[in-house]
Amino acid sequence: MGVLKLTKEKFRKVDLINRISGQNVYDCYQCGRCTSGCPSADEMDIVPSQTMRFLQIGEVDKVVESNTPWVCLTCLICSVRCPKGIDIAAIMEALRLVKLRTNYDFIHPNKIPEEDLEELPPIALVAAFRKMTP
Amino acid sequence: MTIKIPYYPGCTLKTTAKNFEDTAKLVAGVFDYEFDELYRWNCCGAVYGLSEDNVMHKVAPVRNMLRVKEVGEKRMLVLCSMCFNTLKRANYYVRRNKDKLEVINAIMYLENTTYDGSVEVVHLLELLRDEIGFDRIKKAVKKPLRGITVAAYYGCLLLRPSEIAIDSVEQPTVMEDLVEALGGKVIDLNVKTECCGSYQTVKRKDIVADRTNFIIGEARKQGADMLITSCPLCHFNLDRRQKEAKKRHPDFKEMPILYFTQLMALAFGFEEDKLGFEPHYVDPRPLLKERGLL
Repeated sequence: MGVLKLTKEKFRKVDLINRISGQNVYDCYQCGRCTSGCPSADEMDIVPSQTMRFLQIGEVDKVVESNTPWVCLTCLICSVRCPKGIDIAAIMEALRLVKLRTNYDFIHPNKIPEEDLEELPPIALVAAFRKMTP
Repeated sequence: MTIKIPYYPGCTLKTTAKNFEDTAKLVAGVFDYEFDELYRWNCCGAVYGLSEDNVMHKVAPVRNMLRVKEVGEKRMLVLCSMCFNTLKRANYYVRRNKDKLEVINAIMYLENTTYDGSVEVVHLLELLRDEIGFDRIKKAVKKPLRGITVAAYYGCLLLRPSEIAIDSVEQPTVMEDLVEALGGKVIDLNVKTECCGSYQTVKRKDIVADRTNFIIGEARKQGADMLITSCPLCHFNLDRRQKEAKKRHPDFKEMPILYFTQLMALAFGFEEDKLGFEPHYVDPRPLLKERGLL
């Protein structure tokens, strides 16, 4: 078995995800329970358990640039079912935040059609802006 | 004697889910509870901030706790599942992280008082189960809900994470027990804790329409005529997105979605005009009339 060696740059990126989320991606032992319960897994480029593995090997950019954190519903099924107690939803949040903190907008309030704005409940809009705008 | 309970409504109960608030007040009144709306409450933020390195998203929910302290009370009643989750999680967090609580208090330096973690966040379902009790609810029923089969849908935010859950995380029964107390038949919905698609309804209607099709489809397979919830966003997604679900899945069949308080108000014998069915996309009235409940 080879030893996993990360470059300094990759290590820094993994460390940032750990710090923002308050989790340790190296706790994951790849059982796949997060993915099996995830209602959004079908929509994801990289499913939650794969995301964890990519983070462990330092491929942070790959998951940050995927659609995965943006189709996450923050339903917390993964977090409550993880046998290692990892809050995977918090890691998804950290993946969104590394983009959002560069002043990135995943949704633009002015691009939401007017008829949608009229019918959407305030909590839908507040929640979406909280998760998908800086 | 009337019991006044400090009440936090949140934005949506004053707008698209007004019928939830109105019917909740009606049914609480049956047991002599009066909602004492908090003075100067503010938006809780709708979703709990999951980042460990930023307390800003916890300031808004914690600030509401001060409003409870200011009126000399110890608890806060919440109806909306999203507000409940955000407020209770923020409360749980500051109770366990005194250093972060200090930071939050420092941010709120213009307030007259500081927060100490003493307020309890209570959901109406907890009040009904633990304080009022299903026996009293049973006795208050004037029109037992015979002839309809109900699916109780919890969604995410009443149950996850486990630290703030109002019931078993994977096998909750509080709403099923409630429907039985109202004299109705209830199924043990297999997808009752699955997400409806949540805030993706803003940008990805397709995801939410598919979730709606799936959840209502499962409820239908198990024999349900209607579905109850306590979350205004679940209600919107499961009710309004049936329009998109029908377009995407031609064999999809509509199902009325009710707040549990509307079902209670119906069973307690309130008139049709008090039940707040007008804003529903799928009107429950034809079904209720057909089953002799209206």
